[in-house]
Amino acid sequence: MTITLTHYVVLSAVLFGIGVFGALTRRNAIGIMMSIELIFNAANINMVAFSRFITPETAAGELFTMFIIAVAAAESVLGLAIILAIYRKRQVLNADQMDLMKW
Amino acid sequence: MQQFLASMLSQIPILTIIYIMPLIAVILLFLIPGKNQKAIRIVSLVFSSISFVLSILLFFAYDWNAGGFQFVERFDWIPSIGVNYFMAVTGTNVVLVLLTGIIITAGVLASWSLDTRPKEFFILLLLLVTGVFGVFMAYNLFLFFLFYEIAVIPMYLLIGIWGTGPKEYSAMKLTLYLMAGSALIISGILGLFFGSGLSTFDFDRLLTVNYDITFQKIFFPILFTGFGILAALWPFHTWSPDGHASAPTAVSMLHAGVLMKLGAYGCLFVAVWLLPEGAKFWAPTIAVLTLVNIIYGAIGAVAQKDLKYIVAYSSVSHMGIVLLGITAGNSVAYSGAVLQMFSHGVMTGLFFALVGMTYGRTHTRYIYDMGGLAKRMPALAAFFVLTGLCSLGLPALSGFVAEITVFIGAFRTYPVLTVIAIAGIIITAFYVLRMIQIVFFGKLDEHYKDLTDANPVEFTALAILMFFIVAVGVWPFLMMKVIHSSVLPIAARMGGM
Amino acid sequence: MDNMIITGMLAAVMPLLGFLIIQAFTKKHHMLSAYVSIAMIAASFTMAVLILLGQLKTPGMHNYSLPWMHIGSVEMNIGFMINQLTSVMLVIVTFVSMLVQIYSIGYMHGDDGFSKFFSFISLFSFSMLGVVVSNNLMQIYIFWELVGLCSYLLIGFWYTKPEASDAAKKAFVVNRVGDFGFLLGIIFLSTKAGTFDFIAVEEYVKSGAIDPNYLTVIVLLLFCGALGKSAQFPMHVWLPDAMEGPTPVSALIHAATMVAAGVFMVARLFGIFVLSPGAMLVVAYIGGFTAIFAASIALTQDDIKRVLAYSTVSQLGYMVMALGVGGYTAGMFHLTTHAFFKALLFLGAGSVIHGVHTNNIWDMGGLHKKMPVTSVTFLIAALAISGIFPLAGFWSKDEILVATREAGMPLLYYTALITAFMTAFYMFRLYIVTFLGKEKGEASRRAHESPLNMTVPLMILALMSVVAGFAGVPGQENSIYNWLYHGEHPHETHFNMPVAITSTVVAVTGILLAFAVYFFNWIKAENLKKASGPLYALSKNKFYIDEIYLFLIKRCFFTIAEAVKWFDKQVVDGVVNMAAFVMRWSGRALRNTMTGRVQDYALVIFGGAVAAIVAFAIYNPAALQLLGGR
Repeated sequence: MTITLTHYVVLSAVLFGIGVFGALTRRNAIGIMMSIELIFNAANINMVAFSRFITPETAAGELFTMFIIAVAAAESVLGLAIILAIYRKRQVLNADQMDLMKW
Repeated sequence: MQQFLASMLSQIPILTIIYIMPLIAVILLFLIPGKNQKAIRIVSLVFSSISFVLSILLFFAYDWNAGGFQFVERFDWIPSIGVNYFMAVTGTNVVLVLLTGIIITAGVLASWSLDTRPKEFFILLLLLVTGVFGVFMAYNLFLFFLFYEIAVIPMYLLIGIWGTGPKEYSAMKLTLYLMAGSALIISGILGLFFGSGLSTFDFDRLLTVNYDITFQKIFFPILFTGFGILAALWPFHTWSPDGHASAPTAVSMLHAGVLMKLGAYGCLFVAVWLLPEGAKFWAPTIAVLTLVNIIYGAIGAVAQKDLKYIVAYSSVSHMGIVLLGITAGNSVAYSGAVLQMFSHGVMTGLFFALVGMTYGRTHTRYIYDMGGLAKRMPALAAFFVLTGLCSLGLPALSGFVAEITVFIGAFRTYPVLTVIAIAGIIITAFYVLRMIQIVFFGKLDEHYKDLTDANPVEFTALAILMFFIVAVGVWPFLMMKVIHSSVLPIAARMGGM
Repeated sequence: MDNMIITGMLAAVMPLLGFLIIQAFTKKHHMLSAYVSIAMIAASFTMAVLILLGQLKTPGMHNYSLPWMHIGSVEMNIGFMINQLTSVMLVIVTFVSMLVQIYSIGYMHGDDGFSKFFSFISLFSFSMLGVVVSNNLMQIYIFWELVGLCSYLLIGFWYTKPEASDAAKKAFVVNRVGDFGFLLGIIFLSTKAGTFDFIAVEEYVKSGAIDPNYLTVIVLLLFCGALGKSAQFPMHVWLPDAMEGPTPVSALIHAATMVAAGVFMVARLFGIFVLSPGAMLVVAYIGGFTAIFAASIALTQDDIKRVLAYSTVSQLGYMVMALGVGGYTAGMFHLTTHAFFKALLFLGAGSVIHGVHTNNIWDMGGLHKKMPVTSVTFLIAALAISGIFPLAGFWSKDEILVATREAGMPLLYYTALITAFMTAFYMFRLYIVTFLGKEKGEASRRAHESPLNMTVPLMILALMSVVAGFAGVPGQENSIYNWLYHGEHPHETHFNMPVAITSTVVAVTGILLAFAVYFFNWIKAENLKKASGPLYALSKNKFYIDEIYLFLIKRCFFTIAEAVKWFDKQVVDGVVNMAAFVMRWSGRALRNTMTGRVQDYALVIFGGAVAAIVAFAIYNPAALQLLGGR
């Protein structure tokens, strides 16, 4: 059995689904962050796979992935810092208790 | 003399100077420390008086034989979208500019003894006046709207901060109404802009466009209602009694005296002049509304017991006469309407100044709490009686001249409506005299025995206003000629002289 | 602009000058103000006499206009028209005004508003002269309103008295109702004719260009003005109340001059009025009805000034009736003579009030001995108004009777006769109760004759009341009739012996009856009261007209006003508040969707994206290609 593009896309879709599900349902803020990382990775897999199968002569997909990983790292740093700050202030990590955006 | 003045004034950008004076005062006021109240008042007074004097000169310099746009100042500003600096005056404009000059000068004098944050008060007041002056001179619709908004916005703060009674409610109500009006106006103006296909906001070029009839029928009511809200067209009038009642004296004066005229001016000069076919189509409907204004406002005033509410409802009634003139479609009625704008502006300014001064002494505006005040303040009483008489249309005062002209003109177009409208003068006489009688005649109440009459500053403010009421009432010839020269083109476009 | 016009102009402007001088400079100096005012009116009077002399020599029309306000084709002017009618009115107004002002020096002595009083009287004289000289409809309306203003100011002169300020307001508002009609008439007429000028309008109407029915409407509307100003039924209610003003004012404004303005206006527009026979009929009947109606009220009043006030209303009705039947000169002649004797009556009443400090005639009595001059002059006026030969009233009243008779209106003729009878009766009731008999109270014991500056005007007016009638003795070539009427005569008036005898008999009967009741007590007044039954109550209470009006205003008008107020607050504002409420309510409802939780928002975003894609897929599969589909 050869591994075709479809396999990669399905894997990526499953990964994306898990990520979205996690991001929407996890109550812990750290967990949400991790789920978002999964979504990024799903996108990365898509990029690399399409790049490899559709346009093997260029490396645009791979290059994009590099950027995404870098941005994701930066984003994690910021996100964790915010979560830390909230935790210090309010002693909570649960997302449904962080509803100050309302009023 | 007219030629000499005209040649003098055309040497300088007179229109810009007139409206920039209050703006300079605003800048200076920012630099003066708030504690120095005397300096603040004097700066406000000096700069508004300069505008006032220049507006008098402008009035006499206008050549009514020639008519049309005069003292034109025209520069490109944002030519790509047709936004230009285009200032000019016609006969109506010089009269309204004069009105603004009179009211602001008297208004500053009437607020002489105001001592809560005078600096901010005068800054906002003068800013407002800059806008009003601008509206009456701008002949580029974009510029026009810009000035219009400058005139409307400070009102919110002026009422909200310095007002009395339910001031936040009134300020909010008034501002929301005027914003609704502005929304209609800006959509109307954009409609005119895109409908013309000339991509210009310049008034004189838009005048050459013959808009499609359907277009006119749609956009005329939008523009007219937008401006009509500011002129207290029924049923959009309820902001005016509340707003006027809550506003501080000078703001009531400016608002009823000038801002409402701004609406009526827009109705005539933008809506009717640019969209004559739409005006013809909608005029009968609007005429009925204005009739409701006249009668309903007058009857409404009968039931009121608060001095400011009485005056405010009488304003609604009198603005109805202005709007009736505007719907009548002939130059006589138009002239009357414009003269009524002037006359009512001065008169109502006087009314609100007097009410403010009375309130400042008695600390009540409820008429049944007063009585016999004429004994203690004869000068104020005399002014009040004269103003009341002007309001009920006594000859030799300006109100009569204006109203009779509107009636004669409107009678040609709407005989039946006019007859009913004239009946309004009976009701006006009734409530005005009743108010005067209750407040000033009869026995003096014990606890009012220490009231004082008008002081020199107040007296000056009142005298300035009264002078114009009497002058126009006794000899309306010149002012009427000036006004008539400017409404003739509108009447010509409407197809009736 | 000839000399006649200049003189007329000066005559009119002099009192205005007086007003301005007093208001600007001499307010603090009471006597000086009075002298200024009197000097000005005396100058006016001199010029008026010059004009009259000129007109007597060469009767003719002088006309001149100054532009006042021109609006395109609508031209309003301030004009001066001097003809026979004007010259007579000029003299009456300035003469009576002058005498009243001299009288007022004594009457108003010591009043706080002394200067103000004289300035207002001057302003009034100016306005009245403005009415008299005007040559167009707009100007007559302008000055018409100004005299109304002066009347308002002078009735409410003692403004601290609630009755006075009430009366002033009432006078103005009632007049306003009349003026509303007048203004409509002016607008109707001038819109048709395209001009305000009397002469041009009259020519236009004469040319028959106006539909007769429309003309009737116009004439009746114009007549509304006279209805208000000359206090004709049903707008007579303000005049009796106007007696709250100082008595000289009652004499000048509410008896001699201003109230006659309505009659004068009808006379001025007579050329238009006669072209509408229907309207003339209405005018005549309203006049006749007012005459008898007011006279019947005057029979029972107790206040000396109110009796005179109703008498004035009645006499004005007489004049209006005369005009209505076409008796132009008869009406104007009666206006002239009435001005003298009614002013005299009022000034006499003022002199009495000055002496006894009460208005109630039943507190007076026996004043003849205390105030001989007042009494004698009052008697002369009473005889004159009753129409006793050869006093002024006899000639003018007779002419009116002749006019009604010759017009073929027996109903009006008999109405006029009954009125004449009542007039004689109530005038002598007043005279007897006030001046004859015993002193009835403290008030009349204290009474004293008034000072010379009050009695001299009385004497002059008494003289005029005697001789003024001779100007109009009929049958002479140069009598007032042939001189006053310009154009063709509608009625060739002449002396009518039967009418003269009838009217004299009627008047004498009235006087004798008054003596029988109130002097000799042959007939008890009480019995008379009982015999007349409800009629007495009706008359005493002025036929409840005031109450009806008050009911209409208090119950109906104020209810409407309250309804409007409610409507404004609840419905118009209600709709606005409703809009605000809907906004607020929907905002509150939608706020629940904003939980503040990030995950909820994310869910909505994700769900929204999915929904959008699904929608694309269903409605426009081709668009899926954008997403990479095949």
